Amino acid sequence: MRPRGYFARTALVLGLVFLYVPILSMIVFSFNNSRLVTVWDAAHSPTMKWYRALLSNEQILNAAFLSIRIALVAASVAVVLGTLAGMALARFGPFRGRLLLAGMTTAPIVMPEVITGLSLLLLFVALGQLIGWPRGTGAVTITLAHITFCMAYVTVVVQSRLAGFDESLEEAAMDLGARPLTVFRRITLPLILPAIASGWLLAFTLSWDDLVITQFVAGPGSSTLPMVIFSKVRFGVTPDINALATIMVLIVATGIALSTLWMRYREQRRERDLQLAAAANL
Amino acid sequence: MPLLTQASGRRLVAGIPLLWLLLLFLIPFLIVFRISFSEVRLAIPPYTPLISWHHGVPALEVHTSAYAFLFTDPLYISSYLYSLKVAAVSTLCCLALGYPMAYAIARSGAATRPLLLMLIVLPFWTSFLLRVYSWIGLLKNNGVINNVLLYLGVIHQPLALLQTDLAVYIGIVYSYLPFMILPLYTNLEKHDATLLEAAADLGARPLRAFLAITLPQSLPGILAGSLLVFIPAVGEYVIPTLLGRTDQIMIGRVLSDEFFENRDWPVASAVAILVLLLLVIPIILFQRLERRELETQR
Amino acid sequence: MNQPDTATAASAARDAAYVRIDHLSKKFGEFVAVDDVSLDIRRGEIFCLLGGSGSGKTTLLRLLAGFERPTAGSIQIDGVDMSTIPPYERPVNMMFQSYALFPHMSVEKNVAFGLEQEGLARADIRRQVGEILDIVRMGGLGTRKPHQLSGGQRQRVALARALVKRPKLLLLDEPLAALDKKLREHTQFELLNIQQRLGVTFIVVTHDQEEAMTLGQRLGVMNHGRIVQVGTPSDIYESPSTRFVADFIGSVNMFEGRVREERAEGLRLDVGELGCVVRAERAVSCASGATVWAAIRPEKIHISRQPPPGAPAAENAVAGTVREIAYMGDMSIYLVQIASGKLLRVTLPNTTRGGERPIAREESVWLSWHGSSPVLLTE
Repeated sequence: MRPRGYFARTALVLGLVFLYVPILSMIVFSFNNSRLVTVWDAAHSPTMKWYRALLSNEQILNAAFLSIRIALVAASVAVVLGTLAGMALARFGPFRGRLLLAGMTTAPIVMPEVITGLSLLLLFVALGQLIGWPRGTGAVTITLAHITFCMAYVTVVVQSRLAGFDESLEEAAMDLGARPLTVFRRITLPLILPAIASGWLLAFTLSWDDLVITQFVAGPGSSTLPMVIFSKVRFGVTPDINALATIMVLIVATGIALSTLWMRYREQRRERDLQLAAAANL
Repeated sequence: MPLLTQASGRRLVAGIPLLWLLLLFLIPFLIVFRISFSEVRLAIPPYTPLISWHHGVPALEVHTSAYAFLFTDPLYISSYLYSLKVAAVSTLCCLALGYPMAYAIARSGAATRPLLLMLIVLPFWTSFLLRVYSWIGLLKNNGVINNVLLYLGVIHQPLALLQTDLAVYIGIVYSYLPFMILPLYTNLEKHDATLLEAAADLGARPLRAFLAITLPQSLPGILAGSLLVFIPAVGEYVIPTLLGRTDQIMIGRVLSDEFFENRDWPVASAVAILVLLLLVIPIILFQRLERRELETQR
Repeated sequence: MNQPDTATAASAARDAAYVRIDHLSKKFGEFVAVDDVSLDIRRGEIFCLLGGSGSGKTTLLRLLAGFERPTAGSIQIDGVDMSTIPPYERPVNMMFQSYALFPHMSVEKNVAFGLEQEGLARADIRRQVGEILDIVRMGGLGTRKPHQLSGGQRQRVALARALVKRPKLLLLDEPLAALDKKLREHTQFELLNIQQRLGVTFIVVTHDQEEAMTLGQRLGVMNHGRIVQVGTPSDIYESPSTRFVADFIGSVNMFEGRVREERAEGLRLDVGELGCVVRAERAVSCASGATVWAAIRPEKIHISRQPPPGAPAAENAVAGTVREIAYMGDMSIYLVQIASGKLLRVTLPNTTRGGERPIAREESVWLSWHGSSPVLLTE
């Protein structure tokens, strides 16, 4: 390759090291016996004690469950709303409110979270004043807030998938007598399902992980996991958080590995089918 | 006869998300705007109402005291400028690291490319908060970096790495790197490699070919990635709070403090509006880029 | 390969317009894609719309299918106005250029899809699917998915899917474009067979003249959104109505001339660049002295070393030098330069092996043609 290639590849390697050293250091030190997280206590390490502490920490466990529940609901609703918006933007041509919809589905992606969080809280307060609901902030307001910014990401994913989609498939279905709803149900939806699934995962991760917006719209008694973590780490490192981080990395890495293997498997089957077809060619 | 005509069906499909976003995204901004023009007071809610009645006559209460305060307060002004500086520097560093990485991935073989992309994206799927936190462990005085350097004898006293501008730059670059790499990669991947071969054939050295051919074509990607990093970085809260200086805070922290610590909703709202005013143009720019990207895909 | 129009006399009533396109126009913003097109298509015929890219043929097809709404004009199919009828309610089916087979469904499910929309019983559907797959010779491959099929097989599935509903009108968008040459010939005949067997009215859109001439019983040549000429392949080839059509179909030698006189047996033209008088037996109405073009097909020109009787002042004859010869096996193409510098294209079949010394490059020859050969065009 040309010399330019070496520079870029060195940057790539350094960049990957940069990305992974912090994660790896967290993992390593999660097995460290010392309370001073980054001073390796060779005499008593490695140990699983922080993992045990983590799993018996009620505050963290409750917060984790709350986060999961909220993320499940938020992701599912966000996926529905985001798919509707993505369909409208990709398929409907110009319509009244199109620019507004397009704008409102890209703005949350870049908007600083403090601004979104503030505005949502003020909305809930004003709403509470006006119609008596919501009565104070809590899991419901958190979920509503999460749905709002998550659906923007889902819209982009779905819209982008639909843009690269062969429209003649939908036209063929209509030509054969299927009404628009049937076309969507039997043709479009099955084919964009992978995009919807990744949109759901994206929404779930964003909701589960969100701190700033949640802090604004959460109430007393509803602490999500990021809120608990943040209050702990503001004052320095704590080893049980390292354990938590390791568990999360493990879950994510396993998930990604499995999905990559699954896709590789499907690719191989497809290759085989194509070869069979070419061999039996007519 | 079908229950829904095609037209009414469409209205529903577009209307539902539109309505949701109007209620939960647009209107909140209007509320923030309105509250920025009120004054703080001891009440629930802790701001002056829009319409007050004096002897049975309604009057519009518009206070600009929140803005006046911000424009004259040196601490606020310096926070504002500091945030812009930090965001700009971080974006440039992110670009400097992210561009060659994206380039390398785009140039790599079809087999390794998905693996590399996965490696870039994987950290993004783990908790943002925890990844920022991980740098505390690396940067603090008895953290990993200092310990290693002390052990190797490179330094004799721990370096103050935490609670510095540098720590914030590192934190932002670290967290936003995937957002820089992905749009760049998407753009670079579409480049026609034969153009570079043609340039080489015509006598251009690799650097020249890069500057004349690759770089101009990758400008949309550079712009998209930079906006994706810069805009949220201006209002960053978590990274400066965990890693940043205590003597100079960023605007995100200002907003949060005014709201939670001082319970001054009008001033917090005014801060939000002023930041928005600044970011409106980059946001619109970003939306234009997004739209063009989606259009060209058809 | 054209079905002779033997049924014309007996079925005049049946030939009443089955598809009537009436002053149809479609504009995209300022751009006029289809410009005031009126056309009648008979039941059971194969009609080909022939034109280059941008001629409006695909837009016209999409208007018939219902994917575009006309800016003006109307479409009637079997007497029913289609203006307000969406594509899923029209008795029209389309075979897409890319086939548009549903990738996540098997061949059987693809073909069954249209029948399912009609709410037929499962057993009925299965039977009809089986029948049509047999007709297109895809029986036994029903459980395969599209990506497991070859190009020709996919095309047959697309055809089956479009035909299974026995539509009143079948639209075919460049049906042979994606096939290689051998397969194309084979498929042309298959299409003709199937059409005859099922009696469905076909409208085929293509840019390929050979495809149009082979498949079409009648052709419509399109240019810039307008239909320039409608007729049988022979009509269009031998009697083009405009210079565009003459030039578009096959090759042609075109000359500009002035009308010298008009007689019972034809028109005489002074053609400057030929340096001779052209006598055309098929006249066209125009004033004396008017400018008219004469089009002569390459195969209608006779090449000879001997001058024709009356040369050099003879009509319909000119001298020239052979500049290029392209040997095509079954025939040869000669490019002959005449005095004015213009190159004439002449084709000759290679009817003998060996025998007389063939005409060579740089030889001086005489070109001549019969009075019935030139076609006179005023536009």
